Amino acid sequence: MSVPRSTRRPDSILSPESRPEPTGPGVGLTVGVLALQGDFREHRTMLERLGCAAREVRRPRELDGLAGLVIPGGESTTIHKLMEAHGLSAPIRAFHARGGAVFGTCAGLITVARETVEGHPPTLGLMDIVARRNAFGRQVASFEADLAIAGVSGGPVRAVFIRAPWIERAGPAVEVLARHDGHIVAARQGRVLVTAFHPELTDDTRVHESFIAMMGGGAARTAATAGVCGAVAPEPPRARRAQPAAIRNR
Amino acid sequence: MSDIGTMRVKSGLADMLKGGVIMDVTSAEQAKIAEDAGACAVMALERVPADIRAQGGVARMADPTKIREIQKSVSIPVMAKARIGHFVEAQILEALEVDYIDESEVLTPADESNHINKWKFTVPFVCGAVNLGEALRRISEGAAMIRTKGEAGTGDVVEAVRHMRTIMGEIHHLQTLDEDELFMAAKTLAAPYELVSWVAENGKLPVVNFSAGGIATPADAALMMQLGAEGVFVGSGIFKSEDPQSRANAIVNAATNYRDAKVLAEVSMGLGEPMAGTDAARMPAEAKIQHRGW
Repeated sequence: MSVPRSTRRPDSILSPESRPEPTGPGVGLTVGVLALQGDFREHRTMLERLGCAAREVRRPRELDGLAGLVIPGGESTTIHKLMEAHGLSAPIRAFHARGGAVFGTCAGLITVARETVEGHPPTLGLMDIVARRNAFGRQVASFEADLAIAGVSGGPVRAVFIRAPWIERAGPAVEVLARHDGHIVAARQGRVLVTAFHPELTDDTRVHESFIAMMGGGAARTAATAGVCGAVAPEPPRARRAQPAAIRNR
Repeated sequence: MSDIGTMRVKSGLADMLKGGVIMDVTSAEQAKIAEDAGACAVMALERVPADIRAQGGVARMADPTKIREIQKSVSIPVMAKARIGHFVEAQILEALEVDYIDESEVLTPADESNHINKWKFTVPFVCGAVNLGEALRRISEGAAMIRTKGEAGTGDVVEAVRHMRTIMGEIHHLQTLDEDELFMAAKTLAAPYELVSWVAENGKLPVVNFSAGGIATPADAALMMQLGAEGVFVGSGIFKSEDPQSRANAIVNAATNYRDAKVLAEVSMGLGEPMAGTDAARMPAEAKIQHRGW
């Protein structure tokens, strides 16, 4: 991979020690985001806001040393095709088998499923679920709704469903975390978490926090590193930019 | 409470398309080739822009039979074009449940003053723009996604580059302005003050921005993405080339690895002839369609 020119700038000379120490439950965790297609940057922003070191993954070797991997929203057929072309399917299965956590949203849910109702695209089989693609319908049926999620406290999450799948069947080892209109839209099995909706498209970090907790991050770690950051409270990375009110409220 | 058609849901689909390639297709067979190559969406058309250009006449919304046929053949999102200002074509496309409507200068405009009021629709819209003011006017009308226009059907990337550089440059310029100067900037751009001030603060468009119009090779796609496009539309560039399947595959790969010149070199090999193309700089002004839109 070539390095973007802007990062070759000698930052240490221009602005010495300008980078604030990260804070949050994810401090100390390096988490990958599969960056083949889709909204991987939104996941990256979310993870960085929570203190994780985030890494875009396009090559098998980029999985090395990760605590977890996010498979983002996007087009599941495109992501499947590119995973094959980049030789990533087997390495991601191996990453999971050796203890890596995986979080799939929307297309990511389809990607980690045992299979799909439609029989296409082929999936990784990291979770004992059968996914139905575009289960809620085409884009005109895409919606947002308040959703209570087991294990996420502080009230419902505003869940954004875009041509979303749902979980048609879940095996006995799968813990159902949320349903919408009776359909399973969030679930967990061991180190794998999936949502049919897109927590990365909102400002609410709670679902990502539960993924961080699955990787062993959380309150204890934050307490331990709080002293290190010292008296200077660094500015946290910026939240996802809200759309301008003029178009948001229409 | 469950809400459909919110701006977040509309622009959310554009977010899911990012890093991807949206391909023009004129049949179910082409749509299947596009999907198999990894296109993140297809644009259902009667004729690709190069043919519209060559054949002339009035270019209209595609026959609904064709759109249905394409919708049945693939599981990826299907987009379709409506004429600028032709809100009834848009109503029909919404009734057909296309996933995105492109209010497009490639078709013959139906209204020479007004664009479609896109707030009235549940289906999201993408619109073309050659500069920042035009992009923000479209967003204020409800567009949930922007694409730079380029010059469709030419296979010449020069106009796509011009429009992307113009928009990025204008955004950078806004960022240098004092807040007192933003009122005048809004007037000069002929765009709503609130959107102008948001762009000045955030350094980007408030919706996803793709590139279109003249992309014919993997290198073209990667060029547009290095210049700031979040994904690309490829119109005539694929199915007017010698080997559409290989070229489609290669452009999809280039969009993912747009900063990796080694991968770009590899995927650029053995693709056969690209579309012949037209030198856009030598085209008479009246032959250019990028000026459609107000």
